[in-house]
Amino acid sequence: MIEVRDLSVSRAGFPVLEGVQFALPAATALVLRGPNGIGKTTLLRTLAGLQPPLAGEILGDPDDIAYAAHADGLKLTLTVEENLTFWARVFGAHDIEPAIKAFNLAALRTRAAGSLSAGQKRRLSLARLMVTGRRLWILDEPTVSLDAASVQLFAATIRAHLNADGAAIMATHIDLGIEGRVLDLTPFKAKLPALDADDGGFL
Amino acid sequence: MSIWEYANPKKFLHTSERVLPSLWVVSAVLILGGLIWGFFFTPDDYRQGSTVKIIYLHVPAALMAINAWFMMLLASLIWVIRRHHVSALAAKAAAPVGIIMTLIALITGAIWGQPMWGTWWAWDPRLTSFLVLFLFYLGYIALWEAIDNPDTAADLTSILCLVGSVFAVLSRYAVNFWNQGLHQGASLSLDKEENVADVFAFPLYTCMAGFILFFIALVLYRTGTEIRARRMKALIARERMSDA
Amino acid sequence: MSALLLRDLRLAFRAGGGFGLGLAFFLIVTVMVPFSVGPNSATLAVIAPGVLWLGALLACLLSLDRLLALDWEDGSLDLLATAPLPLEAVLSVKSLAHWLTTGLPLVLAAPVLGVLLNLPAGGYLWITLSLLIGTPALSVIGTFGAALTVGLKRGGLLLSLLVMPLYVPTLIFGAEAARRGAAGMAVETPLLMLGGITLGAIALLPFASAAVLRVNLR
Repeated sequence: MIEVRDLSVSRAGFPVLEGVQFALPAATALVLRGPNGIGKTTLLRTLAGLQPPLAGEILGDPDDIAYAAHADGLKLTLTVEENLTFWARVFGAHDIEPAIKAFNLAALRTRAAGSLSAGQKRRLSLARLMVTGRRLWILDEPTVSLDAASVQLFAATIRAHLNADGAAIMATHIDLGIEGRVLDLTPFKAKLPALDADDGGFL
Repeated sequence: MSIWEYANPKKFLHTSERVLPSLWVVSAVLILGGLIWGFFFTPDDYRQGSTVKIIYLHVPAALMAINAWFMMLLASLIWVIRRHHVSALAAKAAAPVGIIMTLIALITGAIWGQPMWGTWWAWDPRLTSFLVLFLFYLGYIALWEAIDNPDTAADLTSILCLVGSVFAVLSRYAVNFWNQGLHQGASLSLDKEENVADVFAFPLYTCMAGFILFFIALVLYRTGTEIRARRMKALIARERMSDA
Repeated sequence: MSALLLRDLRLAFRAGGGFGLGLAFFLIVTVMVPFSVGPNSATLAVIAPGVLWLGALLACLLSLDRLLALDWEDGSLDLLATAPLPLEAVLSVKSLAHWLTTGLPLVLAAPVLGVLLNLPAGGYLWITLSLLIGTPALSVIGTFGAALTVGLKRGGLLLSLLVMPLYVPTLIFGAEAARRGAAGMAVETPLLMLGGITLGAIALLPFASAAVLRVNLR
């Protein structure tokens, strides 16, 4: 599904991770671990194509990827249904009903997103992934502010997605009980570049 | 041996430090010489009297005001295409020099215009174009100042410079269309019969050459400063990274 | 793309969407002008086309900082950038939505406000037409400015500083067309120039805006 070779990523002009390697076949999940500030978000943004890698290659079809950021990306004055329908149409008109069902949003569908609790908003923003119809989900801290029951809903969705030949890369600290590889990013922390590199120590 | 070697900051600093002292001296001699020659050793104009002598500041400053922007445009293009840091920093370094040149041209123009046209300011196309140019410089400098990440700032200001150049040219035509103006035609051009007389022209050429060299010296010097500031930032960041 | 347009329009009309604020601002500015220059109708008639153009331009400018900043804050800009739409198209659609919610109401309001400023009878057609042709350029150029300043705190003032010089040619040709029209002179040249600027801006600027936005998103 996606393969990463010798990838270096940078945040605000400074390298944070280097030499990251992994290959992710279909029907598998990859969980990124590592202390705060190690560069999980930066790596995920690079994989999603939001920023160019500093070095290395990302092999895979960018049209496979659906990205869910730390922020929910919801429009607060639109209803739950309108929010989902919008993303469904942007990604080519997929049915929103399975997503509503999977994340137990049926009772909320005509409520404005602004009136939802943080956990409900999170559920809505995760439901967005299902309407994209994309095979590779890139998730940044997907379980923030979810209660135990919602985490179970999410885990079940991920499992169903993997069974349908999908794949997922996520940065999370919670054990979802999903079969998947765990990649600890700590060993990939970028070392300081030599002071007199070819651009004269510019970093 | 290619010109891109100077894109290496170290090589750039090394070379610019060698040529700068002589550049300072030559440009100072040319500017002072040209001004003294122009102010004291040329006759008064038969119509404009001695006020015409401000031309020795006004024209070179106006020349550099425009060419500084051209230089920034070129440097921005080099950054966008080849991503040499020195190029982006040179564009950044040139902008304050350019804005001061624009200001000098505007102020000396006002001082000249007062006795000639009886007004400090008129919305003449040339004057207006320079005022618009001044606004473009202001926006460009403000954008550099507003952004923390130097590479982001370099990217954004480069594109602003490219887009701004197109709109600056458009403004020039718009302003021409909008008001025909009081300003005299070009004082120097190759294909015109009625140019400034030679007695005035030679000190003017001297001043122009002096301003060009002075501009180059200032930009080299300021680019050096920017390179050092950038390096310092990089060193501080390294400290932080090795502490963390 | 139509989904995005529909969403932006819907957001503008919902509570807190800011629809009508630009229009109200345009009204206020126009009303303030006689207070500052005096009630002499002959004077007002002369300056009316220019005041209407400047008022429309300022109203447009004021609404620009919401154009991308809201999508940036709630994270949907990141999601849009990873969506199958090209970013150039996203920005073009957002410019269009901005024009429909801000520019078009200004065009329609201008003749009404012209009455307040004693605009000569021949001027109504031309002020409306010149604004109709010129305001899309204001939205497209404004989108470029918004994309430049999207990640910045206190970007609003900087946005004005950056966008104003870019507005100069549009303002000159637009106001010139309206002024000539009001004075009963030929308006073809400035109107054609204005149209040229608008078409050129619509065709080319989204590429610059998208390039700038990509830099700001990384």
